[in-house]
Amino acid sequence: MTWLLLSPALGLAALALVPSESGGRVRLVGTLGTLPPLALAVWYYVAGVPRETETATWFRMPLGGGPTLELTYRLGWDGITAALVLLTAIVSTAAALAGWNVKKRRKTFYALLLTLEIGLLGAFVARDLALFFLFFELALVPTFFLIGIWGRRERERAANRFLIYNGLGSALMLIAFGLVAAVAAGNAGAAVVTTDFERVAQGLAASGAGEALRWTAFALLAAGFGIKMPVFPLHTWMLKVHAEAHPAVVMMHAGLLLKLGAYGILRFGFSLFAAEFETSAPVVAALGAIGLLYGALIALRQTELRLVLAYSSLSHMGMTLIGMAALNETGVRGAVFQMVSHGLVAAILFLIVGCLAERTQTTDLADLGGLAKPVPFIGGMWMLGGLAALGLPGLSGFVGELLVLAGAFGPLPWAAVAGLVGIVLAAVYMLRAVMGVTFGPLPERFESLRDARFEEALPAVALAAFIVLLGVYPSVLESTVRPAVEHLMRGFGG
Amino acid sequence: MNAMRAQDWVSLLPEGILIGISIILLVFDLASPDRRWKSRAIGWLSFAGIVAAFVATAAIGRTAETVRLFGDSVVVDAFAVAFKLVILTASGLVALMSVGTVRKPDVPVASEYFCLLPLAVAGAMIVVSSGDLVTLYVGLELMSIATYVLVAVRKQTATSAEAAFKYLTVSGIASAVTLYGMSFLYGTAGTTNLEAIGRHLPTMSDRFDGLLIMALALVVAGVAVKTAAAPFHAWAPDVYQGAPSAAAAFLAAVSKVAAVGLLIRLVVGAFGPHHVFGQVASAMIALVAATAMIVGNAVALRERNVRRLIALSGVANAGYLLVPLAVHAGQPEAVGALTDVTVFYALAYAVMTVGALAVSAAVAAAEGHEDMSAFAGLYHRAPLTAWAMVVLLMSLAGLPPTGGFVGKLLILLDAVRSGMYGLAAVLAVTSVVSFYYYFAVARQMFLRTSGGPAVSMSAPVGATVAVCAAATLALGLYPQGWTALWP
Repeated sequence: MTWLLLSPALGLAALALVPSESGGRVRLVGTLGTLPPLALAVWYYVAGVPRETETATWFRMPLGGGPTLELTYRLGWDGITAALVLLTAIVSTAAALAGWNVKKRRKTFYALLLTLEIGLLGAFVARDLALFFLFFELALVPTFFLIGIWGRRERERAANRFLIYNGLGSALMLIAFGLVAAVAAGNAGAAVVTTDFERVAQGLAASGAGEALRWTAFALLAAGFGIKMPVFPLHTWMLKVHAEAHPAVVMMHAGLLLKLGAYGILRFGFSLFAAEFETSAPVVAALGAIGLLYGALIALRQTELRLVLAYSSLSHMGMTLIGMAALNETGVRGAVFQMVSHGLVAAILFLIVGCLAERTQTTDLADLGGLAKPVPFIGGMWMLGGLAALGLPGLSGFVGELLVLAGAFGPLPWAAVAGLVGIVLAAVYMLRAVMGVTFGPLPERFESLRDARFEEALPAVALAAFIVLLGVYPSVLESTVRPAVEHLMRGFGG
Repeated sequence: MNAMRAQDWVSLLPEGILIGISIILLVFDLASPDRRWKSRAIGWLSFAGIVAAFVATAAIGRTAETVRLFGDSVVVDAFAVAFKLVILTASGLVALMSVGTVRKPDVPVASEYFCLLPLAVAGAMIVVSSGDLVTLYVGLELMSIATYVLVAVRKQTATSAEAAFKYLTVSGIASAVTLYGMSFLYGTAGTTNLEAIGRHLPTMSDRFDGLLIMALALVVAGVAVKTAAAPFHAWAPDVYQGAPSAAAAFLAAVSKVAAVGLLIRLVVGAFGPHHVFGQVASAMIALVAATAMIVGNAVALRERNVRRLIALSGVANAGYLLVPLAVHAGQPEAVGALTDVTVFYALAYAVMTVGALAVSAAVAAAEGHEDMSAFAGLYHRAPLTAWAMVVLLMSLAGLPPTGGFVGKLLILLDAVRSGMYGLAAVLAVTSVVSFYYYFAVARQMFLRTSGGPAVSMSAPVGATVAVCAAATLALGLYPQGWTALWP
């Protein structure tokens, strides 16, 4: 797995050798740089990793007369990680191709993109609290620059807002991690304060820590990840990013970074705070339902395509949250499926938004229309993405939503009803967006538009293929995710 | 008093080297004819002296033996060695930076500057290895008086003169306040030896409690001025702005760390053993630390001048540095943990601040002003410098993988483990606030463009920046590398 983490660095090294004046070669090398991690991710996904965990002591530091602080370099692998790593690799390559229309400072763009990929991959495989945090922050800094340098007019404000919100989320997360590590070690009377995830979990369970302490840590952790996911009402930063950043960056952001928040809740919330999560499940589901309905309703009224998609992201993450709050295997599997599916769907939709924006210089629904005629391929892909987003059977979105709802109907029927309403609304707003772009009268100035170039068509077709594959043959993903979810759910009574 | 053994004298070698080199340079400066290269040569010699002192201290640290000299007034223990290593590292970097920045036309008395620098460092080292109020104060004054001159060397510039005057007055008053507090301590305990005071206080009747609390408050306030911790920080932005950048780096890195060391020595040694005063001291320092973190970071949000920005960031960092002391003030037995946590962050802080000041000095020199916009488009003009600055800024903001992150993590864990949740929360949240202004600089460098002049750095300044950035990364990726040097 260390190879997986190092593989984007290969691209970084190659990139360093290319002079930044030859822009064509820079983008080619940058894109090729995303292939080694993709190959490794596919290989690991299909054949499994050579070793399920890799552990090394990162550093040990004696705290004077007190215990020794030990941070470990510990990587782990399971179905959920496998799915998200593969998603990361796919979307990164797609985003690298989508970034071909970047005009300025290509070398920096690809260097940051590859660094971001390292951060994301690392966060998904890390099994040490401090290591997770390190990779998480490693993803934050390049994203800041990616948003701030290549976005639209208000990109700097978007980058700033991204930084402050996520910084706050990280700080809450860090306090929670510190609290958990200290409690886990302190009450066990151990000579070592460790951040190794499994030992922290054992220590915490054995510590018999007080209710108040556990709840505080849980609330901090939930709020931290809640900002990153984002959960209503902490979502405002993400709208700005969707609206202002370069489409390739939004692909990484909506497709992957948001998933990291959900992943964090799943990985850390579930195993460290099973009891607390169980008690607060209705609240979590309610927040999910609010996000889902609120996002869907606002998406109905937006005319800016990017904002339609932004609110749609919020809505879909709400669905994920409901799935997790269902606290049964079906629901959680649905949530993971939904994460992967939405990652792919968001990627393809923003890929197309990028194509449109480059050609028409606008992404306002009011200005667009009739594009199926001049650019049939782009229009078709846009339609396919839209249909996947609204959960059409046969495409990936459907499976995740079905599982979530099936899981939620038992324990939280009202949340499931909200989910159903959300799906109906999704159909309305997505179809509105799809129709508004592809059909209707074609403005004259768009008549001579050129259809997708090769580097745009390739990722679109690939993403579409995965969306269809997951839709018609969900076991590809299901069979991998299921054992991991079963393992994760062992802490719960039901 | 035991007769001093020959090897005990060896433990004073580092201070001896520094004072010796200072005197030699002074004589050399007076005796030799004026040449163009003279002040540079003196600068390099002064740097060499600091390096030699570092090597000597590291060697002394190997023996892991506590040496007490002059009736327990000088104590060379693990605490002292660890702090001295930080002070010498920071001073070495400051000296290196000075060689590149303190030049004749700007500074007419460059040679004197380099003679006084080792003296100030020696003062800082005496502070952290004192076991007695008298040595504590002597060291503090040696450091302060030497730095008054370091701040004032650009005597033709108005802002520099203003800075020097302000620093002299404020710091002088602070010294007096500290001394006043110490006098109460001596008056009640009847001795100036810290350990003796520590033993004596718990046996005293509570009639003296009011007096002792006043002594404590005065000392904390006086030293807080030297560390530039809020609410005693108002001098710092003006002084950092007016002083030569290397002198500002000395104030930020060396004198702040030495003052924190002083406070630890005094509070833990004298007040720690007392069950009530330990807690009172802890509360007092926690208050100062929290105020410093909040005020420093909040005020910095509106600051556009980079030098002043770093001064305010230094105010916030004084707060971070004081957190471990607030946590352990009442636990003399935990002084080991306190030392390790403080020293690690102090080192990370010293390295990143000196580096950041060196970069800003070079940028400001090229642009002719110190507004944040001087950094605009730095990435295009000097990409390596810009990347180094990003590393330093990330460390200041407490982001991994840098020394600043590991240091803050240690402080945070330490505070949480001891149940100081409030202080831990302030630390984490104010760190986030600081993202805003640190990244504002990064934004200028990468997101803006400008046709500003190329930034040229003299070799010593470039070396300073490179060493600082590399050390910052090394401390973040392999922190125990440094602890190998500790006794």
